[in-house]
Amino acid sequence: MNERELRGLIGKVKAGKLSRRGFVQAMMAVGIGAPAAGQILMHSGVAMAQSPSTYKPTKRGGGGPLKLLWWQGPTLLNPHFAVGTKDQDGSRLFYEPLAAWDGEGNLKPKLAAEIPTKENGGLSADGLSVTWKLKQGVTWHDGKPFTADDVVFNWEYAKDPATAAYTIASYQDVMVEKVDQYTVKVKFKKATPFWADAFVGTRGMLIPKHLFADFIGAKSRDAPTNLKPVGTGPYMFKDFKPGDLVTGVANPNYHQANKPYFDSVEMKGGGDAVSAARAVLQTGEFDFAWNLQVEDEILTRLEKGGKGKVSVTPGGNIEFLLMNTTDPWTEVDGERSSLKTKHPTLSDPEVRKAIALLVDNKSIQDHIYGRTGPATRNFLYGPPRFDSKNNPIEFNVDKANDILEKAGWKKGADGIRAKDGKKLKFVYQTSINQPRQKTQAIIKQAAQKAGIDIELKSVTASVFFSSDVANPDTYTKFYTDLEMYTTTMGQPDPGTHMLQFVSTEAATKANKWQGRNITRWQSPEADKLYRETEAELDPVKRAALFIKLNDLAIQNQIVMGIVQRPTVSAMTAKLNAQISGWDNNTSDLSDWFKDA
Amino acid sequence: MQVHRVSRQYVIRKLLIMIPSLLGISIVLFALLALAPGDPFDELATNPAVPPEVRAALRAKFGLDDPIWMRYWHWLIALLQGDWGFSFVSRMDVSTLILQRLPVTLVVIGASQILAIAIAIPVGVLAATRPYSLFDQIANTFAFIGFSLPTFFTGLVLILVFSIQLDWLPFVYRADISATGWEFYWEHIKQSIMPVTVLGLFQGAALVRFVRSSVLDVIRLDYVTTARSKGIGERKVITRHVVRTALIPVVTLVALQMPIVFSGAVVTEQIFRVPGIGSLLITSMLSNDTPVVMGVTFVSACLVVFFNLIADILYGWLDPRIAFR
Repeated sequence: MNERELRGLIGKVKAGKLSRRGFVQAMMAVGIGAPAAGQILMHSGVAMAQSPSTYKPTKRGGGGPLKLLWWQGPTLLNPHFAVGTKDQDGSRLFYEPLAAWDGEGNLKPKLAAEIPTKENGGLSADGLSVTWKLKQGVTWHDGKPFTADDVVFNWEYAKDPATAAYTIASYQDVMVEKVDQYTVKVKFKKATPFWADAFVGTRGMLIPKHLFADFIGAKSRDAPTNLKPVGTGPYMFKDFKPGDLVTGVANPNYHQANKPYFDSVEMKGGGDAVSAARAVLQTGEFDFAWNLQVEDEILTRLEKGGKGKVSVTPGGNIEFLLMNTTDPWTEVDGERSSLKTKHPTLSDPEVRKAIALLVDNKSIQDHIYGRTGPATRNFLYGPPRFDSKNNPIEFNVDKANDILEKAGWKKGADGIRAKDGKKLKFVYQTSINQPRQKTQAIIKQAAQKAGIDIELKSVTASVFFSSDVANPDTYTKFYTDLEMYTTTMGQPDPGTHMLQFVSTEAATKANKWQGRNITRWQSPEADKLYRETEAELDPVKRAALFIKLNDLAIQNQIVMGIVQRPTVSAMTAKLNAQISGWDNNTSDLSDWFKDA
Repeated sequence: MQVHRVSRQYVIRKLLIMIPSLLGISIVLFALLALAPGDPFDELATNPAVPPEVRAALRAKFGLDDPIWMRYWHWLIALLQGDWGFSFVSRMDVSTLILQRLPVTLVVIGASQILAIAIAIPVGVLAATRPYSLFDQIANTFAFIGFSLPTFFTGLVLILVFSIQLDWLPFVYRADISATGWEFYWEHIKQSIMPVTVLGLFQGAALVRFVRSSVLDVIRLDYVTTARSKGIGERKVITRHVVRTALIPVVTLVALQMPIVFSGAVVTEQIFRVPGIGSLLITSMLSNDTPVVMGVTFVSACLVVFFNLIADILYGWLDPRIAFR
């Protein structure tokens, strides 16, 4: 189905000639899943059918305590200062954004009365503004009303560099205006296709103006409410011990009827992932455990007792292989992997093609990651509407040998291929982490059969992922031929994610290796595609552009997806909890409940 | 009591010597932490959503851009005024963080020290009075096993047996128990059993060996034979004459172990998720939260120095031959 046919169908739905369901079925027939189809309709201006609520309890409270186990406890509870997911998840017990992302990458209103669309006048046709209608009658935990002033205040608070909020990027380039007591308008400097950033999801949690107004800017660290949150969320703050415990009690005035179900909540921190899984799956001491980076084999064994279940939530995080486009072994102007160089052997496209054929994604999934790492070749695979179908996984040693032979890379006496005196010898680095070392071994083995010698290097995670400019072993410096790590995608919009392929984003000494383009790929074609995505307001066309950009990088073997890294959590058998890979684990906490 | 023999002058002199040594320790600690690689706001650099200006603003706000000597000076002045610094990561006072963790640490680690001493002294003395007897052999074997098994191993074994197989004890320690009255204490005891046992047995095992050899050294001395030949009962000889002398080196060991009660036991705390000072230290180190690391390590250093003094004073009480000048 091409774009025109698709538009034709959407037109029919709009005109009422085709039912929503008929459209979704037509989409499914050509391989587009229901969520993606729904998304296309929503963005094309067809109102979204609210996904039916699965929430069963008919009254507030009565569910006893909800016990959450985070093996790294939250260390602070101001959402604007939350560094990692642990802090955001902890803040989310008490604070809410205007809207949250659900598991399929769709928006769900929280403090907003409705999701802005073109039809309800929320989205301007020129893409320069978005108008949010706020839910009325919402109160903060201390009884003060929640209004547009609070929303505007959060923008002022976060955009001030002196506040040093970690959320600043979502707020500094927009203008926020109060239209009336319950309406705010977010204005952009230029047409912005991805408008749902400020006030939405992980970086959109709202803090009360009346408690933070005196602590804007340089005084931000002195606000007493930093440690004693007062939000609008389903639970009210009770106690906080950084790194150890956060507790809360049900909010009797919560703005959604019959919620929350639990009388109190506690989030315990510390320990390690395996024992956290045990505490939920084997002993049932806790109801929910977060981020279980544990081998699937162990999880399956722990699950056998039947006390709990493992939940795997897809997102956009990808474990992938990068091939250096620059020469990591020659120093130019005080930096290796300099943009002024070209990789001596990897710059031959035939070599890259051969290496791609030697990555056995399927075996890596089957033998290492299991449910916690579905194989993929794409760099961009989520939400499903961005998942390209053009990059099948192909593992073929013979074909790789063939390609290299034809390209003139001949095996020497040591079994290693060479051409013009240059040998196919590579150093392949990653962080120390058992599944990664196993993956390295699988790829090395296959490469050997094709006459490519790979030297494995593993670096302590704290060094590999640090930004220490003095250390040559960080992933952003990429002073080796190949490397592998997981990059996270925090939002269901690939804008930031795809900076990986933009020339000007190359990590160099000049930008202290803070650029997002780690392979230093310089491609005018990719740059052009990325620029187009920045201006394209039509979500369908924009998705197509991102898919094209992904395909360009994958088919040039700049990077290669290995496995997806979904969110893995454990919950007791009776717990009903919707986890979203696009938002905090606790983003939907108000709707969690246990079967009686 | 012969404590009065310890002259006031002696104590004052010792206390005065403590000042330069503590200053020295603090300089070394501060310099080490300042020179170590890593930066509390490191994580921000790799976060695409946080622009570099925020990191720069934070560094300036927390004074990380000043030269080391100036930062040390600020820290020292603040400390003398009772301000222990401000955590980069949690954005609260270091003293609050430490005080939050202190009660649990004192209870759990303190109980395990008491358990260790309560086991080690009787077992060690009894084993030494009957060397190479069956009891001695058994005690020795267990002591060897005890201190050769690391706590992470015994901890896991206990969890597997008592939490997972038998389901008797919880293995996640929770500092806030909502129950009241007897149930409150019972819950606390239940969750403390495993961590206290693991730590107590580990420390007790080493101590048994120490007490035994110390008693063995003393029991052969002439004055013990004299005491026996005077017709004093065996029990009295052991308790009054042998144990008291033999305990002197043990006192040093125990006194020097006391700071551990404060600084916690990193591994055991991690296994049982005991929110003690050990786990605070390790998480702060991992997140480069230098003010907290500095606070915890410096308090530990102070305690080591202080308990050294206590040990010195106790010597005088246990062994009048040791003179104080």
